[in-house]
Amino acid sequence: MTDATHTTSSTFTGARHLRTVMLIAILIFLIAAPFLFYPIFVMKILCFALFAAAFNLLLGYTGFLSFGHAAFFGGAAYFTAHAMKEWGTTPEVGILIGVAGAAALGLVIGLIAIRRQGIYFAMITLALSQMFFFYCVQSAWTHGEDGIQSVPRGHLFGLIDLNVTTNMYFFVLAVFLIGIGIIWRFVNSPFGMILKSIRENEQRTVSLGYAVDRYKLGAFVMSAALAGLAGGLKAIVFEFATLTDVAWQMSGEVILMTLLGGIGTMIGPVVGASLVVTLQNELATSDFPVTIVTGLVFMACVLLFRRGLVGEFYASRLGRRLGFRPEQ
Amino acid sequence: MVLSARGLGKDFAGFTAVNGVDLDVEHARIHALIGPNGAGKTTVFNLLTKFLQPTRGRIMLLDQDITKVKPDKIARMGLVRSFQISAVFPHLTVLENVRIALQRPNKLATQFWLPLSSLDKLNPRAEELIADLGLSQYRDTRATDLSYGRKRVLEIATTLALDPKVLLLDEPMAGMGGEDVATVASIIADVAKTRAVLMVEHNLSVVADIAHHVTVLQRGEILASGDYETVSQNPQVRTAYMGTED
Ligand SMILES: Nc1ncnc2c1ncn2[C@@H]1O[C@H](COP(=O)(O)OP(=O)(O)OP(=O)(O)O)[C@@H](O)[C@H]1O
Ligand SMILES: [Mg+2]
Repeated sequence: MTDATHTTSSTFTGARHLRTVMLIAILIFLIAAPFLFYPIFVMKILCFALFAAAFNLLLGYTGFLSFGHAAFFGGAAYFTAHAMKEWGTTPEVGILIGVAGAAALGLVIGLIAIRRQGIYFAMITLALSQMFFFYCVQSAWTHGEDGIQSVPRGHLFGLIDLNVTTNMYFFVLAVFLIGIGIIWRFVNSPFGMILKSIRENEQRTVSLGYAVDRYKLGAFVMSAALAGLAGGLKAIVFEFATLTDVAWQMSGEVILMTLLGGIGTMIGPVVGASLVVTLQNELATSDFPVTIVTGLVFMACVLLFRRGLVGEFYASRLGRRLGFRPEQ
Repeated sequence: MVLSARGLGKDFAGFTAVNGVDLDVEHARIHALIGPNGAGKTTVFNLLTKFLQPTRGRIMLLDQDITKVKPDKIARMGLVRSFQISAVFPHLTVLENVRIALQRPNKLATQFWLPLSSLDKLNPRAEELIADLGLSQYRDTRATDLSYGRKRVLEIATTLALDPKVLLLDEPMAGMGGEDVATVASIIADVAKTRAVLMVEHNLSVVADIAHHVTVLQRGEILASGDYETVSQNPQVRTAYMGTED
C-alpha cells in the first residue's frame, strides 16, 4: 500500500518535471519558429490552434459538439477587420471588438441551442451559423463575395508597427499564449469543476441545486469569445476577412483538427491544427484535391486513433509510464 | 409539516403511473415509502423534486407552493434527493464529490478566473462530512474505485453537505451487504434527528427499525399509511405486498 502510494507520487512529480521541460521546449520552439519557417505559415497555425483549443473547451470539457463555430471565428474576423479598416482602431482594440462580437453571437446562438442535446445541438448550431453566413453574404459592410480586403495591420498600442513581420509574429504568439492560458484557467477553476460534474452526472448536479443550463451557456459563450480571439487575430495576420471563415466547412475543419489531435486534452487541438494546416499547405501546391486527402486522413484517424493522436499517446504504455492520464 | 403533497398524479402517454397520492413529511421524522416494483415510488420522488412535472396535484415545501418550480431551485430551497442508481461523480475524488455540493452555497461555483486551490478552503467542512460517514481513508480515492456500498455513503455525504431540510433517499441500501446496511441505517436515523427524511426502501426490517411513518404504494395509489405496526397488520397490505415478501 505504502509502496504503491510512493510509486504514484514519484511518477506524478516525474510527470510534472517532464511537463515543465516539454512546455519550455515548446516555448523555445515557438520563439525560434519564425526564423526557421515561413512566419506567416506559423502564424496561421497559431490562429487555428487557438481556434481548435477554443472549440475543444466546449466539446472536450462540456461534451457539446457545435457545428457552428465558424460563425464566431469568421464573425470576429469581420468585426475586427471592419473596426480597423473603417474606424481606424488599433489592433488590440480591433481584436477586443472581434471578441466582444463573437461573445454576443455566442450568447444569442447559445441561448437558443443550449437546451438541445446531442445531434439536435449540432444541427441547431449549424442552422444558426448558416443564417449568419447568409447575413454576411447579403449585408453591405461585409462586402459579399469580396470580403473586407486590405485591412491595415496598424500599430499595436499605437506604438509597435505590426507590418514588421517579427513584431506581428510575437504579437500573434502572445495572444495565442494568453488564449491558451485563459482556457487552461477556465478548465481548472471552480467553474470548470462544476462543468466537470455536469459532464459526469448532469442529473446529480441539478439535484445539488445547480442551474446547469447557465453553466453550459457560460462555457458556450467563453468558447465563442475565444474562437473570436482566434478569428480577429487571423484577420490582422492575413489582412482580410472573407466568407471562407464563416462557411460551414470552417466549422467542419475545426472539428477535424480537434478530433485529430484528441479532445479533452490541452495540447491535442494544437497538434491537430498544426497537422491540418501543414497538410493543407503541402497539398495546396500539389495536384491532390485537399478536401479528399484531409477527409481520408480524418477517416483513418477516427478508425485507428479513437482518442486522437495526443489522447492515444497519453493512453499508451509510454504515456502512462510518463505519468499522463487519458482524460475521461 | 415540511413537505406535503395533495392529489399527486402522473400520466405517461395514457398510462397512469401515480394517482391521488397524499403525503405529509414531518420534521425530524423518517417517512418510508414502500411498495412492490413498479408501484410508482421513484416517480413520486421525481414529482416531488420536480424532475418530472406532475399531471395533477399540488406540492408544498415549507409553506410554499412548489408545484411549478424547477428542480435546481427545489434543491436550493432545501429539498434534496438521491437517486435509485448510485449518483456520484465517478472520476472525481471523494473529497471533490463533496466539495461540488459545497461550492454553490459557499459562492465558489461561478469563478472561472480563480485557480482550483481557491476551493481548498472548503476542505475542512468536506473532510468533516467525510469523517462523519467514515470515508476519511478514501478522501483522495476516485469515486468510481469505491465499493458499491461506499458509493452510496458518499452520495449521502454529498447530499448532507447541502444541509437540506428534507432528504429524499431512493433505496439508499439497495445492493449493500448486511454490515453496510446497518451502518447506513444508523447514519440515516442520525441525520433524521435534525431534518425530515422520506425514503424508499425494500428492506422491511430496516423500515421497521427506523421509520416513524410508512406509506404503502401499489399501482400508483396509496394502499395504506400509518406507523409500521398498523400498516403491517393491514390485511390488504399483507396480501398485496408483505405476504409475498415473507
Ligand atoms: N419516464 C417514464 N415514462 C414512461 N413510464 C414510466 C416512466 N417512469 C416510470 N414509468 C413507469 O411508471 C411505473 C412506476 O415506475 P417507478 O420507477 O416509479 O416504480 P418504483 O416503485 O420506483 O419501482 P422500483 O421498486 O422497481 O424502483 C412503472 O410501470 C414504470 O414503467
Ligand atoms: Mg424506484
